[in-house]
Amino acid sequence: MSSKILKFTLNGEPVEIAVSPEDMLVDVLRDKLELTGTKKGCGKGECGACTIIMDGEAVNSCLVPAMKAMSASVETIEGIGGPGKFHPVQETFMDLGAIQCGFCTPGMIMSSKALLDKTTSPTSQEIKKALAGNICRCTGYVKIEEAVMAAAEKMREKQ
Amino acid sequence: MQSVGKSVRRVDAVAKVRGMADYVDDIFVKDMLQVKVFRSTIANGRVKKLDVSRARALPGVVVVVTYEDVPKHTFPTAGHPYNKDPKHQDVADRRLLTDRVRFFGDEIAAVVAVDELTAVKALRLIDVEYEQYEPILTAEAALIDGAVEIHEGTKNIIARSEYQLGDWEEALAQADEIFEDEFSTSTVQPCALENHGAYAYMDASGRVVVCTSTQIPHICRRVVGQALGIPWGRVRVIKPCVGGGFGSKQDVVVEPLVAFLTTVVGGRPVKLVLTREETFIASRVRHAIQFKLKTGVKKDGAIVARQMTAVSLNGGYASHGHAIVDNSGEKYRHLYDQLAIKFAATTVYTNMPAAGAMRGYGIPQVMFALDCHMEDIARALRLDPLDFRLKNLNKTGYTDPILGITVRSNGLPECIAKGRRLIRWDEKKAARRQQSGPKRRGLGMACFCYTAGTYPLNLEIAGARIVMNQDGSVQLQVGAVEMGQGSDTVFSQMAAETLGIPVDMVHLISEQDTEITPFDTGAYASRQTYISGMAVKKAAAEIKDKVLRHCGLMTGISPQSLDIADAWVVDHKGARVMPLAEVALDGYYNLACAAPFTADVTNSATTNPLSYGCTFAEVEVDLATGKVKVLEIYNVHDSGKIINPQLAEGQVHGGVSMGLGYALYEQMIFDPATGEPLNNNLLDYKLMTAADTPEIGPAFVETDEPTAPYGNKSMGEPPVMSPAPAVRNAILDATGVKFNQLPMNPHRLFERFKAEGLI
Ligand code: FES
Ligand code: FES
Repeated sequence: MSSKILKFTLNGEPVEIAVSPEDMLVDVLRDKLELTGTKKGCGKGECGACTIIMDGEAVNSCLVPAMKAMSASVETIEGIGGPGKFHPVQETFMDLGAIQCGFCTPGMIMSSKALLDKTTSPTSQEIKKALAGNICRCTGYVKIEEAVMAAAEKMREKQ
Repeated sequence: MQSVGKSVRRVDAVAKVRGMADYVDDIFVKDMLQVKVFRSTIANGRVKKLDVSRARALPGVVVVVTYEDVPKHTFPTAGHPYNKDPKHQDVADRRLLTDRVRFFGDEIAAVVAVDELTAVKALRLIDVEYEQYEPILTAEAALIDGAVEIHEGTKNIIARSEYQLGDWEEALAQADEIFEDEFSTSTVQPCALENHGAYAYMDASGRVVVCTSTQIPHICRRVVGQALGIPWGRVRVIKPCVGGGFGSKQDVVVEPLVAFLTTVVGGRPVKLVLTREETFIASRVRHAIQFKLKTGVKKDGAIVARQMTAVSLNGGYASHGHAIVDNSGEKYRHLYDQLAIKFAATTVYTNMPAAGAMRGYGIPQVMFALDCHMEDIARALRLDPLDFRLKNLNKTGYTDPILGITVRSNGLPECIAKGRRLIRWDEKKAARRQQSGPKRRGLGMACFCYTAGTYPLNLEIAGARIVMNQDGSVQLQVGAVEMGQGSDTVFSQMAAETLGIPVDMVHLISEQDTEITPFDTGAYASRQTYISGMAVKKAAAEIKDKVLRHCGLMTGISPQSLDIADAWVVDHKGARVMPLAEVALDGYYNLACAAPFTADVTNSATTNPLSYGCTFAEVEVDLATGKVKVLEIYNVHDSGKIINPQLAEGQVHGGVSMGLGYALYEQMIFDPATGEPLNNNLLDYKLMTAADTPEIGPAFVETDEPTAPYGNKSMGEPPVMSPAPAVRNAILDATGVKFNQLPMNPHRLFERFKAEGLI
């Protein structure tokens, strides 16, 4: 199979990697780049566990052919917060108990961050909408929604 | 209480928000081979011819193994503790691979290849011919005379059981009215977000090492040993982070096959992670159960006689089998009182996915039947449905005549009172007018009870080991399993509480490894805070005792007058004597008597308290669309003392959400002609999303259970048990229509409303 070179920005760093045309971005991230924080719960765009941010939008990386990421700016859970630092939404997820098994958590945080990057005053309907594609079987979403709301408030205070 | 009862942050929170928590499929092992399973495309039949030669010839394929290449014996898979009595052992009806196809997706062959893509391609090169039989998808079809036996010699019956207490005829003769009704529940899937997966390899000494997403590492080790026919000590099971289980991982699903395959490829690591479509059909589902109830009641609402018969649909393999409906029969008996009671149940094989454990273990099913029936009786007798339940509840002091377990704490009456207040039951009932519009509102409630573990039906055993470090912090090892429910955090709180140290001085080892971690049967039956928690408490108490005695030696103060608080040894007045770290350090390095403080404790329980609770719901039903909107819902729990309020609320939120899915949407559908699953994916199988989840109000009535380590009772499974009947009773209140079958989806409601002339 002919492999191609994919060049893109990953968590702020330039990356070049050989991929085959049928590779999906989620597999390139997980298997080739060993960034396993991005999870795979279905591989079909049904669960949101693989959510990443590509050029500012939350997308299911299992539905993105890897070559579509050419020249894009991609953020994964590993790029959120930073050494010794947390993004506000990571903090509120921890403080408000929005985590159980944690398998949905990276995807939830990416969907939340994509929303909060656009607005720090989301309505609860906007939060529900932003998270509607992310399935969580453990939490019933209640504390997750509260955490996103609280993170927005934290971000507003900092502005 | 310093640590217990506080909303301590999860000990795994940082790893999980950073994407650093490693689940099975996140772990890299050199030279890993990938496995794909060749599954049947019929539901009932036999393989006549199988040709794997083209698959074997595909470059990149290492080996193709079929039913002809695996051991001939059968093994059980249920996550129950081993029972030395053969009569009480789980049904051993599985082989690693089979030519006798028992459900659509049954496992015939396995491909091991260098990568997943090659393995998938190889599957397409396998040719198969079947002898087909009519798929059996209902109890009636399974039990009809001359039905094809799914397992030879069973007549498609896994087991039957019954009990009777009291004089039935005499009790029934006292009834003023007798009510009879039928209810049925649907086949649903746990849908843990992490699919089932495991990898296995052989170590240098020839042992088989299995790393798997499981709720039951020690049981898994035994079952892998049984499946491969090797001594259990030659199997090592490691459990990394688990992405939810809800019962389907209280079963041994993919582990025996990967363990076997690594032995075929000379010990090279092999990995099998199921796809979502496979997890739906090839792991475990919740039993659909059909119930018939008969209840004799006096005019004043006193129940005199109760009878239930149940038929449970189990799928193609027994897994947990009859234990599920037996549990239904048990809690049916525990909740309400009467003079005489009868129960009879049958579990049958069908050509559907194997049904096993799922959160609640037969109780969401039976509470749907029981508390809908109770509601109907109350309404027929024009009694207040709350008073009617309260009048008939079993009270504190109740001893179950069959199991011999005694209720020492029962907060259900207070739970009902609290739910009533929270939803403003009386106010809303009083304000309710005759409704005639297309949207109608109604109120409903339902109760449940549950145990904490499986005693006396099964062994209840748990281990905990604590080693105090030089700085006074401790390493805590438990055999109990974290799968998202928060057990690691509550065990850390418990150890901190008893030791008198802050929670961050407890270093809990979350990974389970049967070579290292103490013996415990695992995460199921909502047993861990109660059974394993007691092991932690005992181990912590032993460490504390050793610390104080050593401090006594160092200071000459009597150990009896010493205590530990905030990581200091204090005297009987609370004055600080010495930092704990100083005692610990001396324990390690005292030239004369060094002996680090360690404890290794097993707790074997012989008590089993009941937890209780109820759901109160208000719904709005849209007659024109059949849609049900949950306006308000409260789950009120007596789970004894709450160890971590935030985590407990999380259990309630998640359980209620799952219970609402059960009530309104979830159902696995099979083609009646072929047995093919029609919705084994997350698009067509409707799970609750953030968009459909209402406000969920968790509330607690904290009784103090005297047999528990910290007054606590079961908390994990209970929240899922009563939402469905509460919603059903609310729909009845709103529309006057009784829905006795789950799920109550728009299609079913719409059809009924049309038939009833409501639209
Ligand atoms: S793995 Fe991508 S949406 Fe489920
Ligand atoms: S925390 Fe388990 S799926 Fe969301």
